[in-house]
Amino acid sequence: MASRDWWNNLRLLDFPEEGSSPQRYRVLRRNMIILMLLVTIVPLFFMALVNYYEYQSRLKEEIVNPLNVLVSKTKHSFELFLAERLSAVSFIASAYSFEQLANESTLNRIFSVMKQEFGGFIDLGLIDDTGLQVSYIGPYNLKGKNYAEQPWFHDVQIRGTYVSDVFMGYRRFPHVVIAVQHRTDVGHTWILRTTIDTEKFNELIASMRLDAKSDGFLLNKSGVLQTPSKAFGAVLESFPFPLPPVSYEASVIEEKDAQGQQILLAYTYFVHAPYVLVVIKQAGEVLKSWYTLKTEIFFIFFGSVLVIFLVVFKLTDLLVKRMRESDEKRAAAFQEMEHTHKLSSIGRLAAGVAHEINNPMAVINEKAGLMKDLIEVGSPFPEKEKFLSLTDSILQSVNRCRSITHRLLGFARRMEVQIESLDLNEVIRETLTFLEKESIYRNIEMKLNLAEDLPQIASDRGQLQQVFLNLLNNALAAVEDGGRIAVTTWEKDSETVAVVVEDNGCGMSQEVLSHVFEPFFTTKKDKGTGLGLPITYGIVKKLGGAIEVQSHEGKGTTFTVTLPKRASEAPGGDY
Amino acid sequence: MNKWKVLLVDDELEFTAALAERLALRGMDASTATSGEEALKILETDPPHIVVSDVMMPGLGGMELLKRMQGRYPGVQVILLTGLSYAFDIQEGKRLGAFACLMKPLNIDELVKTIHEAVAVVGEP
Repeated sequence: MASRDWWNNLRLLDFPEEGSSPQRYRVLRRNMIILMLLVTIVPLFFMALVNYYEYQSRLKEEIVNPLNVLVSKTKHSFELFLAERLSAVSFIASAYSFEQLANESTLNRIFSVMKQEFGGFIDLGLIDDTGLQVSYIGPYNLKGKNYAEQPWFHDVQIRGTYVSDVFMGYRRFPHVVIAVQHRTDVGHTWILRTTIDTEKFNELIASMRLDAKSDGFLLNKSGVLQTPSKAFGAVLESFPFPLPPVSYEASVIEEKDAQGQQILLAYTYFVHAPYVLVVIKQAGEVLKSWYTLKTEIFFIFFGSVLVIFLVVFKLTDLLVKRMRESDEKRAAAFQEMEHTHKLSSIGRLAAGVAHEINNPMAVINEKAGLMKDLIEVGSPFPEKEKFLSLTDSILQSVNRCRSITHRLLGFARRMEVQIESLDLNEVIRETLTFLEKESIYRNIEMKLNLAEDLPQIASDRGQLQQVFLNLLNNALAAVEDGGRIAVTTWEKDSETVAVVVEDNGCGMSQEVLSHVFEPFFTTKKDKGTGLGLPITYGIVKKLGGAIEVQSHEGKGTTFTVTLPKRASEAPGGDY
Repeated sequence: MNKWKVLLVDDELEFTAALAERLALRGMDASTATSGEEALKILETDPPHIVVSDVMMPGLGGMELLKRMQGRYPGVQVILLTGLSYAFDIQEGKRLGAFACLMKPLNIDELVKTIHEAVAVVGEP
């Protein structure tokens, strides 16, 4: 359940439509990154893993198989060698009678032939069933020796043949004893025993052609070296490791040598002789190609992961950024459209209302005016002064209405743009003269940073005056006595010029700022109509320009008006 | 001295009646018409010195009236009254030969002053 909840919380494929914007894009970015990493790195990881194990097993096989073959073949050669000797001795035991073999001159002749034909024989002797050496040809004087108590004598009586471990014999050469029991038709038994040197063993080991770092040798079943070893010393030294488990098939096991190096140990037990053939190879040497491959797989994997990470992060960042930008652009366009729409419908409404009110207002105006006229020319009557002041205040009220409807109409009317080439700085200076008195009276610093080389622009002088008058009026209303208003002009680019009207007045909150261009929105309570800035906005748009406002509560407000140098078609709207 | 004859044209009778009386008090001979058509008839029979006409009227409006009068009554000056589209009406009115264009509701002193300026062009009645 917990993991399911977690999964639900993650919602990788969802794009949250609501919620605060930065949070939303963070979630999107996170989801995209996780998804992209999942679909790239997981398969890559599994592929690397599969490759790793596949290669490992293949390479091992390729290394292990030849070793097995070599060990089997060599074991076979050994067994063949021993079998050959055994069958030679068996043949002699069968071909000659006990009496013949007991005769030392016959035995001597046989021994000479054996040495000549097979080589490696050191001695030959006949032992009867009581264990007594009956005849002997060889370097020792063993005739008359009794073997009845020796273990090999029992062995050969049970098995029929016997191959001994290697021992140091005549002239300190390693030797092996081979004994064969012969049983005559009448049940009479005797044993033919011979000693052979192990020179042939060394030849067989050498025939494996092992490289310098590998080692091959024969062990007996108690772990004593039967042939010299490069690593473990001469014959009859003991093998420092425990014997591998009994197996008559060639097998390979992995071990660690005295230095802690990984080694491969290939071995096989002999069936008819008490030997174990062992070949040791340094795993590092053998598996060198595997280690190289392993390193390559490792580097390729991590290299790819690194590249994937970089690409995924960069790509996601870019995508989410683009997405965000386009979302924001779309939202801004919607807002702009909505705003324009709102302005134009309110404009039409205002025009209608103003016009409808204007006519009755004109009637009231004339009636009251007539009343006043009549009172003025008529003869005096008791309340004449009172009536005159009453009609005056009616006329004043009508005037107030008139100024309101005219402003409404000003906002709503079809603005006839009269384009002429004009100097923006001059228009601003001209406009400022209207406000000079107020600013001097209130001790407000008017700072002009007008670009002297400002190019002439094609625009409407009257409308621009209206724009700057509105902006400067707002600035004057915003600043305290002794405040500062700055007007700056500059050439923005090859197409536009810009004017900034900046004050250090009370500023506006975000809330107010978002409504500032909406008709009838005012913060001046009864003093404002809420039409100044909407009219300004409408005029600037009409003239093909743009107006922007920035404000910080308590710090001041900055209006930036950009105007095209050349007159352009106004983008719709007839207010 | 003959009185200046002023014809007031507006669909709002209350407006023209009161205004006519006020002009009469200021020594003018003011008559009224409630439409452009009526004004044209009066022009036929008894042409005034000055026509003061609203721009927006049902039927024949001020601008249309001005057009019909063009060339036919060179001695008659026209003052247009407008409530809407002030700048546009001024321009259009000027083009069609109106003497002036004033905004409603009127300031009587401004109207009287404009009438005096207009008659100054016409000359003594």
